[in-house]
Amino acid sequence: MSPFSPRNLFEKIWQSHLVQPETAETPAVLYVDLHLVHEVTSPQAFSLLRQRGLRVRRPERTVATMDHSTPTLPRDAQGRFPITDAEAAAQLSQLEANCQEFGVELHTLGSKHQGIIHVIGPELGLTLPGSTIVCGDSHTSTHGAFGALAFGIGTSEVGHVLATQCLLQRKPKTMEVRVEGNLRPGVSAKDIILGIIAKVGVGGGTGHVLEYTGSAIRRLSMEERMTVCNMSIEAGARAGLISPDDTAFEYLCRRPRAPQGEAWDKALAHWRSLPSDPGATYDTAVTLDANELEPMLTYGTHPGMGIPVTGAVPAPHDMADASARNSLERALLYMGLKPGQRLLGQPIDVVFIGSCTNSRLSDLRAAADVFRGRKVASRVRVLVVPGSQEVKQAAEAEGLHDIFRGAGAEWREPGCSMCIAMNGDQAQPGQYVVSTSNRNFEGRQGKASRTFLASPLTAAAAAITGKVSDPREFLR
Amino acid sequence: MEPFRTLHSRTVVLAQQNIDTDQIIPARFLKITHRMGLGRWLFADWRYQPDGNPRPDFILERPEAQGVQVLVAGDNFGCGSSREHAPWALTDWGFRAVISSSIADIFSNNAVKNGLLPIRVDAGFHRRLLAEPGSAVSIDLERLSVTLADGTTTVFPLDPFARYCLMNGVDELGFLLGQDEAIARFEEARS
Repeated sequence: MSPFSPRNLFEKIWQSHLVQPETAETPAVLYVDLHLVHEVTSPQAFSLLRQRGLRVRRPERTVATMDHSTPTLPRDAQGRFPITDAEAAAQLSQLEANCQEFGVELHTLGSKHQGIIHVIGPELGLTLPGSTIVCGDSHTSTHGAFGALAFGIGTSEVGHVLATQCLLQRKPKTMEVRVEGNLRPGVSAKDIILGIIAKVGVGGGTGHVLEYTGSAIRRLSMEERMTVCNMSIEAGARAGLISPDDTAFEYLCRRPRAPQGEAWDKALAHWRSLPSDPGATYDTAVTLDANELEPMLTYGTHPGMGIPVTGAVPAPHDMADASARNSLERALLYMGLKPGQRLLGQPIDVVFIGSCTNSRLSDLRAAADVFRGRKVASRVRVLVVPGSQEVKQAAEAEGLHDIFRGAGAEWREPGCSMCIAMNGDQAQPGQYVVSTSNRNFEGRQGKASRTFLASPLTAAAAAITGKVSDPREFLR
Repeated sequence: MEPFRTLHSRTVVLAQQNIDTDQIIPARFLKITHRMGLGRWLFADWRYQPDGNPRPDFILERPEAQGVQVLVAGDNFGCGSSREHAPWALTDWGFRAVISSSIADIFSNNAVKNGLLPIRVDAGFHRRLLAEPGSAVSIDLERLSVTLADGTTTVFPLDPFARYCLMNGVDELGFLLGQDEAIARFEEARS
């Protein structure tokens, strides 16, 4: 590629972070601007540093919080957090000790900026366009909404980044995901990404970084863009990206840790050079028509098994491929659904509104619009879990918590909660959950639990009726 | 890490597509601060009954699976969560290679760092392995080949650096630490 060829956003970020380019024998050494850390995937990495007598190379580029194993009930009368079990407690205190020993900033349980790592990064203004961001969590792709190359890594790699601020990487391929048109009322960012995954397939993005382009993407707010990028991993992609624009800059300019003053002006000039050049190319491309999109719901056991909420569950005998047929049969057996069955009217037991996909203020507002003046169906348990302390306070300032509680929903403390169900918030065997989270894998929300993934609007509609419902009937 | 050059083993087959890391090891087993002994919880929700007793018909509990070092899985193995506990559980059980038609990115990265070889084979070879559970395979990391008992051979792609590290039993951190000067130069140039 000549230096004057048009480049896409990914290529610009990749090239500007190469400490060493890749060769046939060795991967590239890629510099990491921001390393996000949480309690579940870091303890063994800190142990590795200790065993080898290493320090954290750039503690000021490392930020930690507690989110996966944290309780979402408030402190008890003695001021103690109701942590589920001794193992979770040990993991949380281990993170605290590690951060102290290695000089890493920690947003600990109950502190002002604690929350889901992918929610607090953008809120604090730590997530910046053109930067590289990694975390031992696959939903790190969320930060791609700002035009940052952000992806999940394993614990060994967490150790690599702690010790060297770098990662060994082979250059991934790029895929343009173009979404043009206007979303119809009741159709949201979550429906866009569920539609994309249903189209590309759960492994369709493997080896690729996805860049979302097109008029429908450009019109999304930052919170909506984060929802789209968040689930890039659910299409198998390493990362998702959106070229930064005024929507992103406007979001960042008020954030406490974003550059200020002259540094802001300098950063802004750089950020404006980042968007993919006209004529930039990608290895692969897919398109989606936003006008045709309906509220989506998954019916099976991976996020690619999605259909319009008004649709019918596919039938295994319609599948040409034997292993796809087998996979669908297995999924329907697990989910207790019949081939050809319509999902509307399917009774449900639990509704979860939260997770790094849909726990931001706009998600809670969308749900509250449905809950306002209505009651949750009897026997349905509804958990509303804000993504961070900041989201919680903002929601309470506008009275959303009163709307949720008034409708009969539980209003909780921030955390990952029932997305990964590590903290005691979980569904019982056989229960149906309508969830705004990102994974409907077997047992994900509790052993033998059954998950329908949906937008906050669709989840709230189900909470009111006690069954899978079309959110468009609740629009005011 | 033990050097990995050749491997001769029978196979265990789990033919399902899209086996995600939540199935390989469910989230409730991630509340640990070490990495040892996770083989006990490998495929826990498929392997144990609600009362905690193993299901005798689950493949890992069957006599023919004991001592097997090669897992053959359906398409898109290891999708989902980035938890390295998944390869830790697989290697602790005794697996040293996973064969599929496609393997998720983060899982592959995590696997090679733990001496677990991710092997991607073409659809035809994959179908044959799925159809013949317990077949004997020979894996040669020098040649990047998998050979069946009747001599049928296929080659598989593997990053040359991952191959070097596996064959020599070295980990990647040593290489990165050796880049210290280049990293310092990079940081200097940007500040």
